[in-house]
Amino acid sequence: MSLAQRVSEWTEAFRIALEQLRSHKVRSLLTALGVIIGIVAVTLMGTAIKGIDKGFTNSLDMLGQDIMYIEKWPWKDVGDEWYKYRNRKDIDLDGSTQINDWINRNPDSLLRLAVPSKGYGANIIRGDRSAPGIYINGTSADFTLMNTADLLYGRFFTHSEDISRQNVAIIGYDVAETLFPEGKEQAVGEDIRIRGLKFHVVGVLERQGSFLGLQSFDKQVIMPLSALLKITRWDRGNSIRVQVREGADSTLAMDELTGLYRRIRGLLPEEENDFEINRSAALEEQLGPVKSGLALAGFFVTGLALFVGAIGIMNITFVSVKERTREIGTRRAIGARRQAILLQFLIEAVSICLLGGVIGLGIAYGMKAVVSHAFPSFPFTFSTDLVILACLLSILTGVLSGLAPAWQAARLDPANALRHE
Amino acid sequence: MEPVIKIRSLRKLYHLGETEVVALNGVDVDVHQNDYMAIMGPSGSGKSTLMNIIGCLDVPTSGTYHLAGEPVDEMDDNELAHIRTRQIGFIFQSFTLLPRTTILRNVELPLVYSGISREERAERAAKALEMVGLRDRMLHQPNELSGGQRQRVAIARALVNNPSILLADEPTGNLDSRTGQEIMALFEDLYEQGQTLLVVTHEDDIANHARRSVRLRDGLIESDTAIPQPALARPR
Repeated sequence: MSLAQRVSEWTEAFRIALEQLRSHKVRSLLTALGVIIGIVAVTLMGTAIKGIDKGFTNSLDMLGQDIMYIEKWPWKDVGDEWYKYRNRKDIDLDGSTQINDWINRNPDSLLRLAVPSKGYGANIIRGDRSAPGIYINGTSADFTLMNTADLLYGRFFTHSEDISRQNVAIIGYDVAETLFPEGKEQAVGEDIRIRGLKFHVVGVLERQGSFLGLQSFDKQVIMPLSALLKITRWDRGNSIRVQVREGADSTLAMDELTGLYRRIRGLLPEEENDFEINRSAALEEQLGPVKSGLALAGFFVTGLALFVGAIGIMNITFVSVKERTREIGTRRAIGARRQAILLQFLIEAVSICLLGGVIGLGIAYGMKAVVSHAFPSFPFTFSTDLVILACLLSILTGVLSGLAPAWQAARLDPANALRHE
Repeated sequence: MEPVIKIRSLRKLYHLGETEVVALNGVDVDVHQNDYMAIMGPSGSGKSTLMNIIGCLDVPTSGTYHLAGEPVDEMDDNELAHIRTRQIGFIFQSFTLLPRTTILRNVELPLVYSGISREERAERAAKALEMVGLRDRMLHQPNELSGGQRQRVAIARALVNNPSILLADEPTGNLDSRTGQEIMALFEDLYEQGQTLLVVTHEDDIANHARRSVRLRDGLIESDTAIPQPALARPR
């Protein structure tokens, strides 16, 4: 069996498949429908999963991939153990000073910087306009060194404003949009009111976008901790944000911080941690089930559509074998090997599937374009690996559905096939 | 000289459910280079089975078959396919051309399966079509040709691989008698050019064109007679 013969067998099989597609356009298209649906499903699902990933990563960047949050509650569903967390002591914001002292005394520390953060929810008022339920973050001037939020207009507050308890505020994008419809740049220098106190806006944050209901800077107001303390003494929303030194191993940094904060809390070795160190990476783990659920649904729909499609293609290939029994006999008599006949019908089935796959990809791409146009914020991504996956799935479907009829065709006795009417 | 076909004690059994059908029951026959042999016999005599075995479409249950010196009865399916491309040119009653495919392409087909290059294929197919007088039709499709022309295309297809034997199964069965005579005249030409021909037929008229007639009955050779030529003067 020479290479030239094999090449000829393959090219002949492709030629026949194309000829079949051309002469049975409607039949091929109808048969490919199941595959089309399957490929649309798998592509859209893959696109959605990738989109969620991307949106989530954007949100995580906002939280800071390198920032650890010392808090009372973990960032996960606590279920029946909620009372254990509720009974923990609130976080004492002085801890941030102690951590910074430790960092200054230990040049080898994997930690870079700690800032206090007091969270509080309130309505923000300007004239007769109101932004309800805004998250207020009272922190230190070092917050800006963590680079989690960029300013669109104005500036951040200074150390001296913090120490002298100045009523200054940096407002999020959405807050600025609600309160200053005439233009966000107008906000800087204006006054807003929170719980009856007047605050001077010194900066507006860049738009961050939010995803899956995660807290976004867009609906936040940042102010000096000393100023927020005038409004509230409520400590339940306290946290200390600690940034890891660049390039440091996050697990080792977490160990260091855990040990350090245990000492600050004065815990005995046998006592459990009575605080939580949260990281954005932990949130990512929680997204896992959502993604796998979506993937499962996607693969179920895809699998079902491809299965139905495969049955259809198997059926039509059986019909094709029956219709062309005499042709098979002729080809065999002329010198085609069994493999050549097998290949011919396999490639015929695969080409119908590939046709379906390509059409499916086209439809999915069109749908993606429409969705992206209607909801520009939805992070839809269409990637080459999805295209490759779709093509591979089509080919696999074709091979699986073509195998039985092709095998039947190859096994035909040439003498009988020739007599077939 | 070694015969092209050498068949000894050839038996072929079929199983139809519980019953065993003996299609060939010990056939011995030699076919030499440039023989022109008619295989005759009533239906059920085993002539189709013999033709299928000679054409390497089927294998015997027992006995030996040497084609051009090679033991065909010991070959597997791939080797048989290979032998068919190289040694045998088939001509069938119903032409069996591929529809929606040009004449040229139809004639090229055996060369495709033997892996001949595209240029050589076209060249050889054109030459074969020339031999049957249809070179000017090579870009037509089978449904644009008459029955006789289609059968000539089939003959060109059978010839394109320069086979050792040309095997025709009722080649004129689907043609009117005048066209049938044309085909037989073409066979005569091929015979005179040195081709070895085997024609399976149940018509004496057709068989009488051959030089030798083998008659089968109940799986056995009943008679093997020479047909005196030119006693049957061919109209020229």
